Amino acid sequence: MSISMIGLFQEATPAADAMDGLKNAGFELGSFDVLTGTPYPEGAFGEHVPQHRLFRFPAFGAIIGFTLSLFLTAATQLAYPLVTGGKPILSIFAMLIIMYELTMLSGVIATVIGIIFESRLPNLKMGAYDRRITEGWIGVVINLEDESRADDAEKVLNYAGAVEIKKA
Amino acid sequence: MQQKRDLSQEYTNRVLLNGTLETPKWWAPTVAGLGFVVLIGLIIIATMINRGLGLTGLSRPVYWGLFITTFVFWVGISHAGIMISAILRLTQAEWRRPVTRAAELLTVCSLFTALVFPLIHAGRPWRIAYWILPYDISRGIYPNIRSPLIMDPVAISTYLTGSTLFLYIALLPDLGVLRDRTTGWKNAFYTLLALGWKGNPRQWQMQTIGGILLSALMLPIFVSVHSIVSWDFAVASAVEGWHSTIFAPYFVIGAVHSGVSAVVTMMALMRWLWKWDDFIRPEHFDALARLLIVVATGWLACTFLELIFALYGQDAPEIALREMQIFQWPWNLLFIIFMVTGYIIPVPVWCVKKYRNNIAIMFWTSILVNVGMWLERFLIIVPGLARRTPFVFTWEAYRPSPVEWAIMIWSFAWVSLLMLLFSRFFPLVPLFEQKESQVFTDDIQIGRAKVPAIVREVE
Repeated sequence: MSISMIGLFQEATPAADAMDGLKNAGFELGSFDVLTGTPYPEGAFGEHVPQHRLFRFPAFGAIIGFTLSLFLTAATQLAYPLVTGGKPILSIFAMLIIMYELTMLSGVIATVIGIIFESRLPNLKMGAYDRRITEGWIGVVINLEDESRADDAEKVLNYAGAVEIKKA
Repeated sequence: MQQKRDLSQEYTNRVLLNGTLETPKWWAPTVAGLGFVVLIGLIIIATMINRGLGLTGLSRPVYWGLFITTFVFWVGISHAGIMISAILRLTQAEWRRPVTRAAELLTVCSLFTALVFPLIHAGRPWRIAYWILPYDISRGIYPNIRSPLIMDPVAISTYLTGSTLFLYIALLPDLGVLRDRTTGWKNAFYTLLALGWKGNPRQWQMQTIGGILLSALMLPIFVSVHSIVSWDFAVASAVEGWHSTIFAPYFVIGAVHSGVSAVVTMMALMRWLWKWDDFIRPEHFDALARLLIVVATGWLACTFLELIFALYGQDAPEIALREMQIFQWPWNLLFIIFMVTGYIIPVPVWCVKKYRNNIAIMFWTSILVNVGMWLERFLIIVPGLARRTPFVFTWEAYRPSPVEWAIMIWSFAWVSLLMLLFSRFFPLVPLFEQKESQVFTDDIQIGRAKVPAIVREVE
């Protein structure tokens, strides 16, 4: 049976020690994580810096938006090809304005989807968690496939100085 | 530089959620009062739609009046959000922290309100669908994309959607805080909105990078929106006073001037009403006032350039219009009020540090700016149409009717109501930004002086 365990710390240094301890004890990277109520400088807990592909999302969004808006602005003019003042049917500068807006809109929507996706949200299975994390406490959470190594994890957390350990 | 203050995360939560987890005494009566005004306004709007635009003072040749003035005014106010939030986020200005959420919210509420005005101004709002939806409906033709009246709804809808998503993404960590402090249906509500936010390094990284990325994407939209609004006027070659190449930058900088002033007004109210003295401090007003001095002076330069462009062309109707705007009754009185309230009083006041740090003075000067900026839009829109020109076959002077004034007042009550309702469910100051400043700032000793320092990047 899988188990989720959280050790609560009041200071950053013991939480970082717990993260190092878990790494040294042979727990897999990705099976433990640190939870905080505010962003800390990257690497403050010696945590594994996650790789992300967020920058691809706005680019894909913009390409989709540009293509759709080109089709929309061109097709609507070509669908009723009324020549006015001897000018071309496709009014490029007017098209560019609408294409610009729709490209940006699509880029923004894709970025928001990217932020949510790369944050691994929505995640309604919270696992081990404590509301004091949003009051400044720091949680070191370990997710184990089975209970066989739960005692080892608890020992590491206690050794690092966890104020409290909770299981879920 | 912001001074470091030792405020615990628990204290930050308790104080900044005092309007969300508890109901302040003044909240319900204020909401009831505003709700009453909004209700009356909605009845007046419904009556006008039912009876027609004959209830307004609009008549040939002045067919754009108070409604379009107020529309441009609210689009201008909406520029506060991205100006403050995106630029200050990108430049990592430390004093942005208490300001961003309120500014973003102001953007969303004012844009939402601005959109109402072209709808009701059309007289038959349902017919707007024929103009703007890319569908041939019953006429067999599509909207004319060459018209700024099509570009405008596209730009504003883009800005509104982007700003709303920006606001939501930046709310995620605070929704997690609210989820942890509520029970019952409120807990279910925040749990759903927080999407399972826990605060691990991946999520914080996405908040930081995503915030910067969204800021960078929203900035060009912000510039384009008011430029396109200005083209509603600037492409009308037959109307003197509208057909100007400076309109796009002039409108954008004017919008920033009025928008940032509206943020000052809002911040003063937030400090007074919710007693957030520890978070919204005189140094924040000082920084905003410095920014406003630069923006207001740039805006003044554009105002004079607009006049110079008009005079330099030696075009007799254009010169006659400027003469009317500046020297003829009643436009001259409005012009004087506009200049005095928009620049002549506020900017010299903001040049004095003592006044920049005085919140009451900042509040009243920011109100003055928006009185002036509303008049600026009125003076751009109406005189150009009202000037007697050759070959006009029908003629009436424009006097806004009580219905128009009532709908304008409704818009102010509506924006205030939306913001108060938001404040009851979500924090107006971003909690995680405040807490982050505690983690990332420290006092360092240099000789005998203690200097505030900020950590920005870690190698």
